[in-house]
Amino acid sequence: MSKIVKSQKTSRAFSKIFTYFYLLLLAVIIIYPLLITASSAFKAGNVTAFNLNFDAEWTLSNFSRLFTETLYGEWYWNTLVIALVTMVVQVTVITLAGYTYSRYRFVGRKKSLMFFLIIQMVPTTAALTAFYVMALLMGALDQSWFLMFLYIGGGIPMNTWLMKGYFDTVPIDLDESAKLDGAGHFRIFAQIVLPLVKPMIAVQSLWAFMTPFGEYMLAKFLLRTPENYTVAIGLQTFINNPQNQKVALFAAGAILIAIPITLLFFMLQKHFVAGLTSGGTKG
Amino acid sequence: MEYIEKENKRLKTATLLSIIPGLGQIYNKQLFKGIAFLVIFALFIIEMFNFGVEALIGLFTLGSTPGTDHSLFILIEGSLQLLILLLFILFYAINLSDARKVARLWAEGKKVNTSMKSVLLNMADRGFPYLFTIPAYIAMVFAIVFPVLVTIFIAFTNYDFYHIPPAKLIDWVGFENFSNIFFLSSYRDTFFAVFGWTVIWTLAATTLQIVIGIFTAVVLNQKFIKFKRVFGIIFLLPWAVPAFITIMSFSNMFNDSIGAINTQVIPLLDALIPFVELDSLPWKTDPFFTKIAIIMIQGWLGFPFIYVLVSGILQSIPEEQYEAARIDGAGVMQRFKHITMPAIFTIAAPIFITQYTGNFNNFSMIYLFNEGGPGSIGAGAGSTDILISWIYKLTTGTSPQYSIASAVTLFISLFVIIISLIIFKKTKAFEMED
Repeated sequence: MSKIVKSQKTSRAFSKIFTYFYLLLLAVIIIYPLLITASSAFKAGNVTAFNLNFDAEWTLSNFSRLFTETLYGEWYWNTLVIALVTMVVQVTVITLAGYTYSRYRFVGRKKSLMFFLIIQMVPTTAALTAFYVMALLMGALDQSWFLMFLYIGGGIPMNTWLMKGYFDTVPIDLDESAKLDGAGHFRIFAQIVLPLVKPMIAVQSLWAFMTPFGEYMLAKFLLRTPENYTVAIGLQTFINNPQNQKVALFAAGAILIAIPITLLFFMLQKHFVAGLTSGGTKG
Repeated sequence: MEYIEKENKRLKTATLLSIIPGLGQIYNKQLFKGIAFLVIFALFIIEMFNFGVEALIGLFTLGSTPGTDHSLFILIEGSLQLLILLLFILFYAINLSDARKVARLWAEGKKVNTSMKSVLLNMADRGFPYLFTIPAYIAMVFAIVFPVLVTIFIAFTNYDFYHIPPAKLIDWVGFENFSNIFFLSSYRDTFFAVFGWTVIWTLAATTLQIVIGIFTAVVLNQKFIKFKRVFGIIFLLPWAVPAFITIMSFSNMFNDSIGAINTQVIPLLDALIPFVELDSLPWKTDPFFTKIAIIMIQGWLGFPFIYVLVSGILQSIPEEQYEAARIDGAGVMQRFKHITMPAIFTIAAPIFITQYTGNFNNFSMIYLFNEGGPGSIGAGAGSTDILISWIYKLTTGTSPQYSIASAVTLFISLFVIIISLIIFKKTKAFEMED
């Protein structure tokens, strides 16, 4: 009897040790690359590689060099404009559409929902040649509006689907009793249902906002002059040229993006799971 | 008897008249609607004569005089005209059914909206769902449907660096691009090598991130753990920090000669773990090690998403279920297999699938780490290129192969759609509620 208890105890202790060992190891693996990148932003002199080396000379000059010697300020501004426009337009469009599909039964509803489902599987970013030809025709090569347009349109099918799923979780009795009280379409939408889906709107806004900060392929493909770059392709020019590595500048620029994005992310983080599971699993 | 005859006559006349859209509506005493339909019809006719017919003919010829006819413009105009034509056909069908429906209402002696005000009010009420979804459709048509249409067309042409309009014309070549991909040895070998690696990459990287994600969530879900919130925040960082930053950092870290992995991590491992002697590894110059590196990095980048998702699911499993299983004598592994895993998979399976399709087209990871390299395997592809980055290179290289790139794009799209449909059908995740 005592033997069993004892072996249970040792196995429990063993599993505790293993648990903490795993968690700490994973934490180190996550922090190490981020830490050596971030610390390089504060190093003086010619940094060529990120590493864990703390006896360097520390400085803040990399940040000021970023704005005086490079186009970083312009890249940041471009990205911010693209991100804000993409966010506002896309979230408006998918909220309206998601609400409609959740609440109204109209001719063609089921067919168009199928259309959304299938079209969200099309890897739209792969249609590079078509984008190139369209941009060529409209004089939209090197123009950020075309990029915004592709970001907005490309995200609509999937996100409308998620939005509809979230609207479905709001009980329809609410609308019906409001309708009995004489509320019109707009009032039911704006005053009754909309306030209840705020978490999902917040999550969708964040995703739409983050896309232009992280997207590389379309931006690189469409934007041709350095003044028009977004931060993602701009920063890459610091690091992809082996002869002219500006690793410290890259790190400084990366910090200025990562901090606000990460903070936004953590503010909205608790809504993610609700948004994902409620939207992703129901028709 | 007389009534039915009268009804039939009304229906017939209204339908016949609405062969010219609007006339049927005017016959139904809906003057405002009738005029609106007539105007739309007239606009379409004018558009067809001024632009449409020529555009549609152009779609067949793609231009005849090099230097003056710009084949690409002709192709795009033709595609646009095709969309307009489809819209008009839709409008025409609505027109026919509307005339019949209202005629029947008249014959049955029911109330019909004839004044402009009541027609508009009725449209505003019943048209509300359409009004709210139109912006989504406009955006999708121009950002997705139209580009897909153009891609399909280009895949059947010879648009490449030998045929750059307006100096040269583009021509239809039928299935030549597809047969080149599958049968012409130079393209075939590259295509199958790239496709094979794309599949391996997708399966390995995605499965790795799912396994780490689930494992971490289960481990961190144990009750005794202290500093749970701290660990929780740290484990979210790879998701929160924009991926392009971390991929570029990793790209620097994995540099063969100066990168931190070879100069710091491997010496540290050698010192810490007895009996292990690792040398510097050729991460960026040997395809095998580049592949290992990008799969590991994707595991690092992708597991937090799964971890967050699974943590949420774990917390929603009622404690009594585990309690009951424990009383029945189920061990840790059994409880995990019969309670935890089913709970995770019923909720998260469709999201796991989107992770697989996402990695299938994960351009950033492949291109930003080592630009698809090292080395080349022919037809413009590097040894670690996946289909999407190969398409990118075909389109942006010094000798672009637009038509081949479009054909590969079509292949990817079909492949992803078919796989997704099969799996969605199996998991029944997207069943319609009505």
